[in-house]
Amino acid sequence: MGRVVTPVGFGPLRRKEDLRLVRGRGRFVDDIALPGMLHGAILRSPYAHARIVSVDTSAAESHPKVRAVLTGADLAARDMAWMPTASHDVAAVLACEKVHFQGQEVAFVVAEDRYAARDALALIEVEYEPLPAVVDARTALDPDAPLVRDEQPGCTDNHIFDWESGDAAATDAVFAAAEHVSDCDLVYPRVHPAPLETCGIVADADRIEGRLTVHATTQAPHTHRVLYSRIAGVPEHRIRVVAPDIGGGFGNKVAMYPGYLCAVVASTVTGRPVKWVEDRSENLMASSFARDYHMRGEIAATRDGRILAVRVRVLADHGAFNATSQPSRFPAGFFGVFTGSYDLRAAHCRVTGVHTNKAPGGVAYACSFRITEASYLVERLVDVLAHDLGLDPARLRMDNLLRAEQFPHPTPTGWEYDSGDYPATLRLALEIAGYDELRAEQAATRAEYERTGRGRLLGIGLSFFTEAVGAGPRRTMDIMGLGMADGADLRVHPSGGAVLAVSCMSQGQGHETTFAQIIGHELGIPADQVQVVQGDTDRTPFGLGTYGSRSTAVSGAATVVAARRVRERARLVAGAMLEIDPIDLEWVPGRWQVRGDPTAGASLTEIAAAAHSGLELPDGVEGHLDASCVYNPPNLTFPCGAYLCVVEVDPVTGEVRVRRFVAVDDCGVRINPMIVAGQVHRGLADGIGMALMELITFDPDGNHLAASFMDYLLPTSMECPSWELGETVTPSPHHPIGAKGVGESATVGSPAAVVNAVLDAIGVRHADMPLTPAQVWRAVQGRPLRPDLAIR
Amino acid sequence: MQIRVSVNAAERVHEVEARLLLVHLLRDELGLTGTHWGCDTSNCGACTVWLDEVPVKSCTVLAVMADGHRVRTVEGLEGPGGLDQIQQSFIECHGLQCGFCTPGILMTARWLLDRVPDPTEQEIRETISGQVCRCTGYENIVRSVRHAAESEQAGWSDAEQAGRSEAGQSAWSEQARTGQSGWAAS
Amino acid sequence: MQVPAHFEYRRATDVDHAVALLGRFGPEARVVAGGHSLIPMMKLRLAQPELLVDINELTELSGVRLHNGPDGPELRIGALTRHAELLDCALVGEHAAMLHDAERVIADPVVRNRGTVGGSICQADPSEDLSGAFTALRAVAVIRGADGERTVPVREFFHGPYETAVGPAEVLVELRVPVRAGSGSSYLKVDRRAGDWAVAAAGAVLNLQNGRVTAAGLGLTAVGAPGFGAPDAEEYLLGRSTDAGTFAEAGRIAARACRPVADQRGPVDYKLHLAAELTARALTAAAARAADR
Repeated sequence: MGRVVTPVGFGPLRRKEDLRLVRGRGRFVDDIALPGMLHGAILRSPYAHARIVSVDTSAAESHPKVRAVLTGADLAARDMAWMPTASHDVAAVLACEKVHFQGQEVAFVVAEDRYAARDALALIEVEYEPLPAVVDARTALDPDAPLVRDEQPGCTDNHIFDWESGDAAATDAVFAAAEHVSDCDLVYPRVHPAPLETCGIVADADRIEGRLTVHATTQAPHTHRVLYSRIAGVPEHRIRVVAPDIGGGFGNKVAMYPGYLCAVVASTVTGRPVKWVEDRSENLMASSFARDYHMRGEIAATRDGRILAVRVRVLADHGAFNATSQPSRFPAGFFGVFTGSYDLRAAHCRVTGVHTNKAPGGVAYACSFRITEASYLVERLVDVLAHDLGLDPARLRMDNLLRAEQFPHPTPTGWEYDSGDYPATLRLALEIAGYDELRAEQAATRAEYERTGRGRLLGIGLSFFTEAVGAGPRRTMDIMGLGMADGADLRVHPSGGAVLAVSCMSQGQGHETTFAQIIGHELGIPADQVQVVQGDTDRTPFGLGTYGSRSTAVSGAATVVAARRVRERARLVAGAMLEIDPIDLEWVPGRWQVRGDPTAGASLTEIAAAAHSGLELPDGVEGHLDASCVYNPPNLTFPCGAYLCVVEVDPVTGEVRVRRFVAVDDCGVRINPMIVAGQVHRGLADGIGMALMELITFDPDGNHLAASFMDYLLPTSMECPSWELGETVTPSPHHPIGAKGVGESATVGSPAAVVNAVLDAIGVRHADMPLTPAQVWRAVQGRPLRPDLAIR
Repeated sequence: MQIRVSVNAAERVHEVEARLLLVHLLRDELGLTGTHWGCDTSNCGACTVWLDEVPVKSCTVLAVMADGHRVRTVEGLEGPGGLDQIQQSFIECHGLQCGFCTPGILMTARWLLDRVPDPTEQEIRETISGQVCRCTGYENIVRSVRHAAESEQAGWSDAEQAGRSEAGQSAWSEQARTGQSGWAAS
Repeated sequence: MQVPAHFEYRRATDVDHAVALLGRFGPEARVVAGGHSLIPMMKLRLAQPELLVDINELTELSGVRLHNGPDGPELRIGALTRHAELLDCALVGEHAAMLHDAERVIADPVVRNRGTVGGSICQADPSEDLSGAFTALRAVAVIRGADGERTVPVREFFHGPYETAVGPAEVLVELRVPVRAGSGSSYLKVDRRAGDWAVAAAGAVLNLQNGRVTAAGLGLTAVGAPGFGAPDAEEYLLGRSTDAGTFAEAGRIAARACRPVADQRGPVDYKLHLAAELTARALTAAAARAADR
């Protein structure tokens, strides 16, 4: 291991973030202690559905260490009992007349220390009148279903929305004429992003300065600033939101949570900073869940396996409040990519959203706005089709994938896929895995099992996904009226280093490194001379933040454009320095030099010094090299990938072991391949988690049955194999450096690969996730469980 | 009650409630916020520290239980010569992303290497099996521990020695070096 | 983060001191050792003892030794022995390999550094692996109170979920595992994930002579086996040959007595199936480990 010269620009550069983190010197929200800080705790409903008869806080208020107790009535007096959601609904901050799900926020206690705050919760007396709960989304629209939202005027049922995409008539016509149709009912059960750090806030309402400073675990600091302003009525210029180091987000830290607003109010009331950090049970019970889609898919094909059309009907369980954080005009997110990666004649889906007595949320857990559900659906359907027609799943996919010459590809549901060479990506995955050898081994294990009734069966599962990331074009995508553009602000110092301020916010993705490398690539400045600032609304330009794999696709693009603006300005200054027409200068990394004379030129460091000096500048150049950009993406970027999972299954006990996992990703140009690989690794682990163990379920009364890590199982080092990665690169034609987002690709693509592998091993057409040993055994028996309903 | 605990080799005397959890003694009372917590049920391992010579989950240990004992946290990994090799290896091999589980895993990995200087991949995976990481898919954590084992087995080369002390100095000098070696070689 | 309610805390200086403290404070006092069963319950406020008697300093309760008792040699396992110590102990590997099998799948290495053998047994969780293992091994629990020590066979130790023979002013001090020359034992568990509680598990110990079973012990975890045991299956095995059919039948007999509860780990039919299958597999593995005489 010798010393390597630091690459300037793209390459596997060590992360700038790591030194503080390995030393335990990160600064996460619970590490923050402000002078005089109080601690908040939330009293939560034990019932899934109940009227609140009375709330008595007197005993809690008389606790010697308690400084304030807030109830729904207190917030209602401030017109803050309800807050707007990103999906045109309202959500309760603290419950007033009713509680709508188990774990809903009822009261907020503020005390001198975190132990006293917890103690005081037991002193609050709440009288409830329990109501019947609606827990199964499939019964939510029954005429006799309990009404979840009867506090709303005119509410007569639990229906939220109907949404469709594609062409119903054209799709029906293809289906009517098709030689073969396969169908399948699938549940993508409710799961949770479960970042290792729970959500939290330190709110500091400074009466002297008249400013509210919020340190919070938010993936979207600027969006939160807007929300605080709208809900609390504080002008935006008086609010500063700071996201410190964040211990994982995965979508869980996009939404505004009641605890945040309660902490803000409590700080205002007490005049002291207030910290509130949820515990793990609160995180699992009340913060943004993911999935909970009941899907019926149909796939039409010729008898020899030419896929013609896909038709889908979805029932989406949104819980008590419609609070999914997603682009406003897409009530089912980007589920419209359920057409997958295939060359279809027609496609259509209908999605119906319903309320139940379950926690709100919905878009979270690295799902790219419901693409995880869509990808799982279509990749499961293709395997069902292969099963029904007796075709090889790899062959079936290869024969139907979009081909390179079909890009840019307008899909039957109105998207335009930007670039890809899908067959090449799949071919590489099959090569790395040694697909034909694996099939031969599988046949041998099956023969042995049939001979002896013992042993392990081999399963091979494929998944080919197309992601849609980097939301998005302002003309079609906004969140609560805020267009989904992001800013970058680049300042070049007189000495030639730079500070880049971006509107996105890392939760472990390594922005401080990647974005510095983008500047290095564009300007030739080494990464260690670029300071990346993020997460502080006082120091960064406006933008919607990091989720939906937006950072590289949107903020990254803004960074490139800002850097190129700096470069052009530098060209003019260099012309003045060298007394030459700028048109005669050419850019080589880090330097403008005279065309045809490499010895004559000026480095960016020299140009920066000159731009700040007394040099007489040409007309139109004000001095300095600074530039900024607001990037409005012309389209989403569409990364893709081919995944192959190999499992061993003991059909007698139902135990599954993942033996291999091959992942070939195409995310366009890779800025830091080391970081890209790390992003893929984590998503593959997500796939193992969701396919085999992760599940939030409820009993018939709406009691949450996964409220701790004892019951909500996350994959460990023992379930994850050593990942085998490959890559193809088809640059995005509309991204300034050809990069596509990658943060959620593997989470989107991997669950279907694992499920397909397990079902391939046991020769079962379909069984729903999670494929626990019990579910696998039941599937072998031909009696799979309904995972979304508690086992009775 | 008053307790006397040696934390990272420094004697600390502290007045605590009997119910105070060790993780809160370290974080809230002593300001050692490098130790994190991620669950309440001793399932995630983010709060792992050494109690005497073994890693334990400090969310499920009372501070009073540490009275008269030694505690070592991530802040105690660094020596006068700079980072511990396990810390360096995590940087080399991209063994962390959000960094929240990292301190706990570093403590367990250091303990493993002290007992088993040349662990197999399987031994590493078993040893960290009670510590959840949501970012890395564990791959680069395993590689980091192997890298540390190999580095310690081989002794220090000149370049590494330079890097080790350099890394211990400041974040800025840290960035002068590249991560290709540990990562691309795998 | 969840935090416990207030309690008083005393460090016991020896076992008699612990017993005296428990006697003085009555039923609201609890012994704490590793704390990995009790402290999470206290944080959830599901347990709110008024006094914790900390026995972590009682080193006389730690460790494993081979002792020649009146009924032959036995492993004496101190109640304060940490799971990791039991797993690292060569004596245990030699004389009761099943305990190593069980320990390898209990929680995780860091928890095993702190959690204790006695604490696990006293928790009497229906899914506790060591309860099934010690039942199969016909271990004997040694309990000390104000009137001195008494012994209770593990098969009479569990009075139901979370209830044991240990009285309010008593401390479990030791587990004694009879050592039989040539025996082989095995413990097998199905779980949803590393470190998870068992969906079902079975332990078996066998002594063989000329291909026939001369002694058999079975223990079943998490499947509602009365007292974690399967005495009918043990009786069936005596004198029979060690063929697959015999072991499968023993599994069927063991499962017949089980009353599992459906939960997120699995439905009743599956747990009954596992009880039978794992019993048969554990017997097969134990037979392979036993020395035929």
